[in-house]
Amino acid sequence: MRLAFSIALRFLKSGKGQTLLIALGISVGVAVQVFIGSLIQGLQASLVNTTIGSSSQITIRSESDERTIPDWQRVVYEVKLASPDVRYVSPAISGSAFIEYEAGTEPILLRGFNLADSDPIYKYGAALYEGRLPERTDEVIIGRDLSEKTGIRPGDKAFILLPAGDAVRLTVSGLFDLNVQSLNRSWIITNLETAQNVLGLDKRVTTVEMQVATVFSADGMGARIAEVLSDEDLVVDNWKDLNRSLLSGLNGQSVSSLMIQVFVLIAVLLGIASVLAISVVQRSKQLGILKAMGIKDRDASLIFVFQGAMLGLLGGALGIGFGYGLLQMFTTFARNPDGTPVVPILINPGFIALSGLFALVSAMIASVIPARISSRLNPIEVIKNG
Amino acid sequence: MSDIITLKGINKIYGTTVKTQVLYDVDLSFGEGTFSSIIGASGSGKSTLLNIIGTLDQPTSGEVSISGRNTREMDKNALAELRNRTIGFIFQFHYLLPEFTARENVLLPYRIHDVHPPKEARDWADELLNLVGLSKVANNRATNMSGGQQQRTAIARALVNRPRLILADEPTGNLDSDSTENIYDLLRNINARFGTTFIIVTHDQRIAEKTDRIVEVKDGKIHLDIIR
Ligand SMILES: Nc1ncnc2c1ncn2[C@@H]1O[C@H](COP(=O)(O)OP(=O)(O)O)[C@@H](O)[C@H]1O
Ligand SMILES: [Mg+2]
Repeated sequence: MRLAFSIALRFLKSGKGQTLLIALGISVGVAVQVFIGSLIQGLQASLVNTTIGSSSQITIRSESDERTIPDWQRVVYEVKLASPDVRYVSPAISGSAFIEYEAGTEPILLRGFNLADSDPIYKYGAALYEGRLPERTDEVIIGRDLSEKTGIRPGDKAFILLPAGDAVRLTVSGLFDLNVQSLNRSWIITNLETAQNVLGLDKRVTTVEMQVATVFSADGMGARIAEVLSDEDLVVDNWKDLNRSLLSGLNGQSVSSLMIQVFVLIAVLLGIASVLAISVVQRSKQLGILKAMGIKDRDASLIFVFQGAMLGLLGGALGIGFGYGLLQMFTTFARNPDGTPVVPILINPGFIALSGLFALVSAMIASVIPARISSRLNPIEVIKNG
Repeated sequence: MSDIITLKGINKIYGTTVKTQVLYDVDLSFGEGTFSSIIGASGSGKSTLLNIIGTLDQPTSGEVSISGRNTREMDKNALAELRNRTIGFIFQFHYLLPEFTARENVLLPYRIHDVHPPKEARDWADELLNLVGLSKVANNRATNMSGGQQQRTAIARALVNRPRLILADEPTGNLDSDSTENIYDLLRNINARFGTTFIIVTHDQRIAEKTDRIVEVKDGKIHLDIIR
């Protein structure tokens, strides 16, 4: 331990009221940072999750004349080769058609999946609220809205009209609710084989769809996959390119959250700087005598750097405590009737630690000026002027 | 006897636009282990002279040598180290650190070169506190002591590094005559016991007369230099 440190500690201890006040000031700043940051991050995560959490984040489709992918096994293999970050990948089929029922016809989208592989992407297993998933060929599940509109229930037959003019009868084995009206109204989900039969696709599929571990790097990953794919007709879409406006909204939110945090930091910094500047003037006698007794300028300035650091640490720790408590209170007490939190908050330990670190760093920056004053103080001034 | 302090041609001029010359060509030296006083009218330049001797102030021209080392050739850190190891200061205003106890104040000059004083140093600090009659209030904060106690703490502090030179600027200026007598006896005692060199600035004629040498400053010049 350095003498400067123990003097700094003693100075802080002997001005307990002042020390506590400034530490509280810092902690309020840090708490605001932690709270706002976690709130914004939580909101964004939940928004992103609602948007793309249950859909394909990177989609490979074909621009060949048939718009189909003949060797999808190879595509899946190449995708896995291109990016270890891909979590789930599944071949998929989309085909537009109509459903005919007593009162009329409705446009639908026939979707064929490798059910086991794609369930983690779309989560229709969890969305199934009546009946069961398709098991046999010619079995399908339909959405809540479509079922309500057409009156078709599990066990009923669905009459599908294809654009080419053919018609097929499929058995509805269950009903799903994906929480998205457009899907609930138009999707008819079945296995690959049934979809291939109905749409006359042979062994081909129309897309290969996937979810990735780090959703915000989906664009880079898509580009990498595009490079690896050997089939020249294939193109790779990613959710970021398809959701530009959402992303710019998120960006704006992040920037304004960052601005708030920067201004809070500046306020913290100015607060510490002013307290330390007062302290260095208050202590000029002590510093003068210490210098007369032979303390070096560097140590004299370190006294204030250490004070800044300790104030920053104390305030940062308190602020993290307050911020965390605030977050806990919010997630515990502010709940919807169904028990989900009103504000989805993301408690990110890395971010919280970073806020504390920023408080420490700004406290040390704030101590630079008082430290310089202390370093330059000439003992003769103090000794002469009593 | 060798000299611990040698001043050669010291001039001190304050101010840049309005220049006030305070010291004029002062040549002065002090032998090791001597007990001297500097007297003179208020404003004659005694404190300025003492501060220059103690390297706290720099002469406008001239040389200050301490133990044969020319202080002009030393940088700020070297001067700080020299002051810490070689010189003990006693000022008219005690200048204790109010955040520290008497004992901690006494140990501060030691801790400047060794932040964790060993047992010998701590015992020595206690012995000094005992010597100045402050064992009972050693754990008091400076603010909880009388003026005389504070000044005696400052004396113990000046001694803790066993400096070879003590510079005292009106050390009893704020004290009553009994305390003054006491402190003078104490300094004399230390001089006899440890062979420490003392230079005491005082306006108190009685104290000056008890020292071995009286240097009188008048209008920035050495007016009288009486060695007895
Ligand atoms: N910083 C300064 N600027 C201008 N004049 C000064 C300064 N410090 C001291 N003086 C002048 O120098 C003279 C000597 O001061 P000082 O050494 O304190 O005298 P003493 O200790 O003998 O009373 C005084 O006239 C004082 O006004
Ligand atoms: Mg004076």
